[in-house]
Amino acid sequence: MSGHDHHHHHDHEHDNHFTPIEARVKALESLMVEKGYVDPSALDAIIDTYETRVGPRNGARVVAKAWSDPAYADRLKADGTAAVAELGYGGRGGEHIVACFNTPEEHNLIVCTLCSCYPWPVLGLPPVWYKSPPYRAKAVIDPRGTLSDFGVTLPEGQRIRVWDSTAETRFIVIPMRPEGTEGWSEDELASIVNRDSMIGVGLPSPGDKP
Amino acid sequence: MNSAHDLGGQMGFGPVVPEKDEPIFHADWEKKVLAINVAAGAMGAWTIDGIRHARESLPPAQYLSSSYYQIWLAALDKVLVEQGFLSKEELASGVAESTRREPKRVLKGEEVPTVLRRGFPYEREAPAPARFKVGDKVRTIVMHPQHHTRLPRYARGKQGVIELVTGCHVFPDTGAHGAPEQAQWLYTVVFTGSELWGRDADPTSTVSIEAWESYLEPA
Repeated sequence: MSGHDHHHHHDHEHDNHFTPIEARVKALESLMVEKGYVDPSALDAIIDTYETRVGPRNGARVVAKAWSDPAYADRLKADGTAAVAELGYGGRGGEHIVACFNTPEEHNLIVCTLCSCYPWPVLGLPPVWYKSPPYRAKAVIDPRGTLSDFGVTLPEGQRIRVWDSTAETRFIVIPMRPEGTEGWSEDELASIVNRDSMIGVGLPSPGDKP
Repeated sequence: MNSAHDLGGQMGFGPVVPEKDEPIFHADWEKKVLAINVAAGAMGAWTIDGIRHARESLPPAQYLSSSYYQIWLAALDKVLVEQGFLSKEELASGVAESTRREPKRVLKGEEVPTVLRRGFPYEREAPAPARFKVGDKVRTIVMHPQHHTRLPRYARGKQGVIELVTGCHVFPDTGAHGAPEQAQWLYTVVFTGSELWGRDADPTSTVSIEAWESYLEPA
């Protein structure tokens, strides 16, 4: 940061305690509210939805059910949107859902090279790395190198299938159920399914059980 | 358009660096940008592809040096001014002074759970039968339009196979620019790594895109 910027920033903080971007967003928000374009209670409700209600726990329940109930897994394969809706999930940012099942022969990896498409109803909001140039650039041309950035090495002979989310279809990876989870309840199974494993940059492990 | 957003296959960005125990938001202003973006979109003045185009049209240097919420904010400012909801002066001053444009609708707080749960489905009644079926070999067209498109550069002029006929979906290339809504058949098309990346490919990888019918020719 240059001396000038620093000075400016300092003045700004001294005046109103806002950084430039905070001040800009405050101005936009107050204009939108004052002109009657947005209802402040709608803003609060949207934030609350993605902070407390919609997140990767939803997806983990889908995966755990698919692991426990073969008939559900079949329905999830045939129509992801309908099967996810059975558990009460769906809607904005995930109107059309396809479940990508990992197999011993093929591992799935989800990306959006053109923007930040991500299955909101089942995984919540995407992490910063998912929306950033390194991942969006590399996943399609060097998927194995991408996985190694996450410390994941696939068994030799397992192919990789990359899904670029170029339309409004959203994808969720259904990892393989790991050994050592025999007899677990759906809740126990869901506890080891994390966000990364449903994007395809991680693998669930029985050791992750809380 | 061939802009900085079309990142597939580009190099030089370094490794992916995940943040351990990443919070959902890194600052309160990010929450507000998310919420204003969703609520302003619900006014119905632009489509998802219209706002995507606004993001893609940011100068490449700005696009690549901004966080995603900064990109959202810049695009939101842009469409709100373009559509006549706010003026540049208002955005600079934070003081409301221009005439209000009446939005088609305003999302009320109590409607949020229902509207988010319902979402905005993009499937439409098909005007004609699908041209391709599962297993068909196709080739993507070569084009470099100035306008919005969802056919990434790395997948243009490439031969692939139809894996899934998804349905008839709203066509982004025209919908982004205010044209009346059109729908086309949408397909999942799979390419081998070698078809996309030649001798530098991982031969054990395949990549699929979602392609609208007009992006495809029989191969």
